[in-house]
Amino acid sequence: MASGTGRVCHFKLVLLGDTAVGKSCLVVRFVRDEFFEFQEPTIGAAFLTQSVNLENATVKFEIWDTAGQERYRSLAPMYYRGAAAAIVVYDITNKESFNGAKSWVKELQRRGDPNVVIALAGNKADLHTKRRVEYEEAQKYAEENCILHMETSAKNATNVKDLFREIGEVMYVIDLNQMSRQLGSCPNPLLNQKGKHFRSYREPKNNDNKACC
Amino acid sequence: MEEADAQTVEENAPVAAFPWLPEGCEAMADGEYDAIVMGTGLKECIMSGLLSTMGKKVLHVDRNNYYGADSASLNLSNLYAKFNGGAEPPQQFYEALGHNRDFNVDLIPKCIMACGKLVKMLLHTKVTRYLEFKSLDASYVYRNGKVYKVPATATEALSSSLLGLFEKRRFRKFLMYVANYEHGNPKTYEGHDLTKETMNELYEKFGLEKATREFVGHAMALRLDDKYLDEPALPAFEAIKLYCYSLDRYGKSPYIYPMYGLGGLPEGFSRLCAIHGGTFMLNRSIDEVLFDKDGKAWGVRGGNQVAKADIVLGDPSYFPNKRTKVGRVVRSICFLSHPIPNTNNAESLQIIIPAAQVGRTHDIYVVMVSNSHQVTAPGKYVAICSTTVETDNPTTELEPALAILGSIMTKFDDVVDLYEPANGDGSQDHCFISTSFDATSHFETTSNDVLDLYFKVTGARLDLTINADSTKGDY
Repeated sequence: MASGTGRVCHFKLVLLGDTAVGKSCLVVRFVRDEFFEFQEPTIGAAFLTQSVNLENATVKFEIWDTAGQERYRSLAPMYYRGAAAAIVVYDITNKESFNGAKSWVKELQRRGDPNVVIALAGNKADLHTKRRVEYEEAQKYAEENCILHMETSAKNATNVKDLFREIGEVMYVIDLNQMSRQLGSCPNPLLNQKGKHFRSYREPKNNDNKACC
Repeated sequence: MEEADAQTVEENAPVAAFPWLPEGCEAMADGEYDAIVMGTGLKECIMSGLLSTMGKKVLHVDRNNYYGADSASLNLSNLYAKFNGGAEPPQQFYEALGHNRDFNVDLIPKCIMACGKLVKMLLHTKVTRYLEFKSLDASYVYRNGKVYKVPATATEALSSSLLGLFEKRRFRKFLMYVANYEHGNPKTYEGHDLTKETMNELYEKFGLEKATREFVGHAMALRLDDKYLDEPALPAFEAIKLYCYSLDRYGKSPYIYPMYGLGGLPEGFSRLCAIHGGTFMLNRSIDEVLFDKDGKAWGVRGGNQVAKADIVLGDPSYFPNKRTKVGRVVRSICFLSHPIPNTNNAESLQIIIPAAQVGRTHDIYVVMVSNSHQVTAPGKYVAICSTTVETDNPTTELEPALAILGSIMTKFDDVVDLYEPANGDGSQDHCFISTSFDATSHFETTSNDVLDLYFKVTGARLDLTINADSTKGDY
């Protein structure tokens, strides 16, 4: 998939959200373009990698799934460590999962890198007839907290690639030490650092803060 | 939080009533498992990782709200709370040391031998994918109140001030013999039979002085006492070879240490287990192990929740009636604002104080790490001293170690009991219990305990033939 245009940036991306909101399905759709109605609770992979090709760069994500450790809120610090981006997923047909998503955002801000880029994904958008979380409500929350927001459907692939692409663009822009176009009007503390503190995951034995490429 | 979690489970996975559930109890998590593991210490996490990769369904619980149990790495607030009855540290504590999140202080200080058994287990399970390691700057040994770099290469032997002029040459000759020796290839034996000859006899033949034998035995072969001297030389000799081989791999010291502290090790193995379907519950106390009328464990109970499994495994703290106290360890976690004096400003190192140097039976170990391994704020160092308790006044036993650290900003002392399982091999009661972490500053004894545990549980030996040198296929 990677066409090798321009720079290649590597980032660790983690998924968060309550059980059964479709975290693994989003990843499987993005990485393999597949969907299983009855996806096993765990996907049996340490992490998956997938790239997003932008105009001038390739953003390569190393995607970590919770592996079910979110079920009893037992995620290890290792999971958050070094994550440059996070997708917090809720299910638009389940109000409780949206409240859960808000608490995962808080958890991420407490335990993760202070500059982590957060995207909120309202999954199962194909089930809009059973909707319990209004788009506007989630959008308002996202704006207040300066995070990206999109409704997705892993089942029919709506917005899945777009979500990763958008995150990729933010990562790239941050990487270029520029303000993000999408979030430009937002007084976003995470962008004030202009990517200075982003470090690619598993950078060779160098602990200095520096950009990824 | 626990209540909310329980609710989520009810909603998402309605639990069927199991016939084995005692009256008034409900199922813990999914109820039925192949193995229940208690405590998320390193040994338990390696075991649950290995069991789940074998296809066993594992439930792993811990009474604490963090991973690692006794082998956790804590931030400043958790560390302070642990030693002060759960209290919050005063503001001055942070002002002196730095940001809470910059610290990952190990409760059990140990270093990993670069080509040792733990590395083989990490490679075997591919847990290396989740962790990043960096070598330790140096390995030192104490003599007559001073510290010296352990001379483990021919070049170092010739330049070390630890050895007299003639001794340098004799020791160099010994090291060359170690390097060339290959077990199973008699051509390299040079007339020695190490399966019969004792270590003392071998030292004698190379004419090594008593002081040299001391650091070879304790700082290189990592023997815990001097019993090895009168035993066949091969095991200790292989340990010396491992030390040299590990050193050769990274150059500075034979040890490696994970970025962000040793706590990453149990976390990594827990992720391995989770990926293979293991269920994790932190912050979950277990009140009792449940036994049938024949005294065989069949499950565990925490509150009114019960889970069932054939294998019940855990650290000794979960089996108060099936353990024997075998001794005590004293540890002192010392914060410094400078590297340890006379160590060439090493950012990380290990110091071994051989017992005989300070009139003791057990060696004293010091492991110091710092910001270079992301375990402290910049400019701060944490040195952890430990030894096996020999007197009624344990903290004073560490004085020789504290004396070489220079000024200490603040320290936390800990004296803990060491336990061994008291239920034999576990085949009778199906309880598989690990031993407590000893005072040693490396993982060789820990790894052996895990291998024993693995054998007890599965009846098979873990295949560690993977070469620790090989990183092929890891990524």
